[in-house]
Amino acid sequence: MKNTPKTKTIKTIKIDIDKCNGCRACEVICSSFHATPKYSSNNPARSRIRVTREPIRDVYVPVYAGDYAAAECAGRDKYTIDGKEYDECVFCRAACPSRDEFKEPDSGLPLKCDMCEGEEEPLCVKWCMVDALTYEEREVEIDDEELKPEEIEAGLQSLVNKHGLDKVADMVAQLAKAKR
Amino acid sequence: MRYAETGFNLEIDLTRGNIEKVATDPQDTALYLGGLGTNTKLIWDRVAPEVEAFSPDNLLIFGTGLLCGTPATGCNRTIVSTISPQTKLMAFSMMGGFWAPELKYAGYDKVILRGKSPELVYLWIKDDKVEIRDASHLRGKGAVETAELIKAELKEPKAQVAAIGMAGENRVFFASIEQGRSSASRGGIGAVMGDKGVKAIVVRGSKDLNVAEPAKYMELCHEVLAYIKHRESNPIPGVMPILAGLGSPQEMKVHDEKWHTENFMWGNSRERRKDFWNEEIEKEWTETLEKARTRLVSCFNCPMECGATISLPGLPTYMMKCFTKLTYTMGAFSNLDFGLRIAQKATEYGVDGFSTPQVMAFALELLENDILPAADFPDMPDDNEGRFYYLLDKIVRREGIGDILANGTYWAAKQIGNGAEAYAHNNIKKTEQLPLKLSMLNPVYFLMYATGEKMNITQIEGQFPQAPFATKEEREAFVADWIQVPDDRFKQILLDWEFRGENSNPYYPTIDMSCAIVDWQETMHYIDDALGQCAGLSSFPLKPPYHIHNYPQFITAGAGIAMDEEQLKKAAKRYRTLVRAVNISRGMRRKDEKPPANHWKKRFPELEEQLLDAYYQLKGWNNDGIPTRESLHDLGLDYVSDEFLKRGILTVAENPAVANAVEARA
Repeated sequence: MKNTPKTKTIKTIKIDIDKCNGCRACEVICSSFHATPKYSSNNPARSRIRVTREPIRDVYVPVYAGDYAAAECAGRDKYTIDGKEYDECVFCRAACPSRDEFKEPDSGLPLKCDMCEGEEEPLCVKWCMVDALTYEEREVEIDDEELKPEEIEAGLQSLVNKHGLDKVADMVAQLAKAKR
Repeated sequence: MRYAETGFNLEIDLTRGNIEKVATDPQDTALYLGGLGTNTKLIWDRVAPEVEAFSPDNLLIFGTGLLCGTPATGCNRTIVSTISPQTKLMAFSMMGGFWAPELKYAGYDKVILRGKSPELVYLWIKDDKVEIRDASHLRGKGAVETAELIKAELKEPKAQVAAIGMAGENRVFFASIEQGRSSASRGGIGAVMGDKGVKAIVVRGSKDLNVAEPAKYMELCHEVLAYIKHRESNPIPGVMPILAGLGSPQEMKVHDEKWHTENFMWGNSRERRKDFWNEEIEKEWTETLEKARTRLVSCFNCPMECGATISLPGLPTYMMKCFTKLTYTMGAFSNLDFGLRIAQKATEYGVDGFSTPQVMAFALELLENDILPAADFPDMPDDNEGRFYYLLDKIVRREGIGDILANGTYWAAKQIGNGAEAYAHNNIKKTEQLPLKLSMLNPVYFLMYATGEKMNITQIEGQFPQAPFATKEEREAFVADWIQVPDDRFKQILLDWEFRGENSNPYYPTIDMSCAIVDWQETMHYIDDALGQCAGLSSFPLKPPYHIHNYPQFITAGAGIAMDEEQLKKAAKRYRTLVRAVNISRGMRRKDEKPPANHWKKRFPELEEQLLDAYYQLKGWNNDGIPTRESLHDLGLDYVSDEFLKRGILTVAENPAVANAVEARA
């Protein structure tokens, strides 16, 4: 931890909602890639990218899953962009208690985008042939600050409060296994 | 374990309000694939020839294609099959959009409706939970409006809704089922849905769909995506813009409508306007479309943008596809602004975009020619556009003359009499066709029009160029990378095809060549209709990414059914023949297989008979268009033979083909 570099590579998917055609190919390929065995099944409800699609209001917003949030937001703002009203949640990448987005449909466990590790670019980007999704890597400077153990503990405690110790321990074990 | 399909159908008895989840026989999938194939088997098995469209015993089947919902690009079609009130034959209209994959994710391959609900209802399918819900508050609501209202009341913004409008409720013979940005429009299947008392079927699913050989299947999908990219950056030179690329004709993108407006007929498929298109009109129509078009949109898992969201000042938003852009405009001799505006109403009412404008133009012709009295049109506005809005309203409400017109031009003319039948001039098998009137007989198109059972030329044509290329160089360039042909014979036919002289229409392509081309084209459409693949990436455009050489691999790796090209062709032939068997048992014969008398100016009766003879023979049908016992046996359809013998459709004579031919000529 002491040799933390001054910059790190941020992998990001740039989203151009003006180009989105609402086809949901991103959801199909994401859920297929993350199936076990790989590509053996697909199910948009398991996808780590979701398109909010309301054609009659011309609302098309692909969003890929970010971090888990233990609690829902206190306020929910509304944004009006180009005359169209959007709920703040539409842009939010969190799996949170206020909604079903980015959770496994059966277990309810949160999903998170991993940029399709091992592939040259995230597959949702590859399958988005209208270029609403593009992949970008950029270097950003980061604080040379060490992670504080008490922060991890606080984070874990809130997960335990929410899901119970057993579920969280299971998840940690699963993650550790996947990492190896 | 079942792959690509779920292995379950939903059987809903609307009379009793009974819902059952029924496991299907994997052997049926192997024989009839899915979608249209297995739909047809159900119709054959369960809907007797005596059952009429509006009988409670008629089935209305919403079938997903075998590969729908898998990652195969563009595989999203719902195949709706029933008995048509218009043709009294089997209708199998289809729609793209988002409904079929959603049904698969909910865990079902088909929804099979029988009986009639005493009250107007809608069906709500959410994974294992299936409900029949009251829809009385939705009576008279538009199809798009209904979808929005239901999603709001269920608090399910991601549900997919297939709904009818007022036309379906009132059993208009050309009523559609609207869904997403698509619709199943031909054959009046919306009327059957309305007759059954079903306003909408609403689906939301969150289950997995499996494929048999994951790595191989994904490799095939990636090949298709790469080929789509290749084709999109290499449009085919020397053909009109809408045929150069992939997708259904790119009507929402293209502004240059010279070809359609000057070659297709206006009014009741009546008048060609050869010098219609000019700079002024191009400017006006371009402005109209650009202002109205909010976004180009696609169906599920498809990069082609064949549709558009249309928002006109003062009107609710709707989605438009393909050639409906021009049918109302041209039916009414009006402009694009009118066409887009009335199409908004027509979409909400839920009517077919080909038949409806022709029916209205037909009514006005009858009025102008004193076949219908002015008294039949009370309070009709004087202005041209106003009259079309008036007629559309009368038809979908079945009010006054609208009640007769709502049966389509064929039945309306019969009812009206007084010479009206001459004005119902653009029908095949009682169904209004594309408004085209041409000069020289084209043997390939003759066969497609005559023998097609989908009632729409766009659902049988494709793959083979519509016209010869002008130069040898162009032809050679075209065939150089023509990988889609079943065999190289087709390349030579195209290389030798000329505009004039010996190797031109109507005697070239020769009879044998024409039969082979039509058989190939039709086979590919039928394969698409069983797999749920949109014709826009397969059987319709030139050089599509899906073809006879990669489809067997898709089926093997996707559904886990060992398949090669010969087996696939045979399966397609099996359910294609079964479609014909259903229609033969309902009385369809050779006499019904003819394009409109005025479709071409130059006709060749002898050649046309020879074409039909040869094509019937190739298909294994006798001279009256009835599948022979030999060909039925070869396809494993002896049960059809038995039924035909029982009903006296085929006889036990030693050679039934000959016996029937003699009978037909007598």
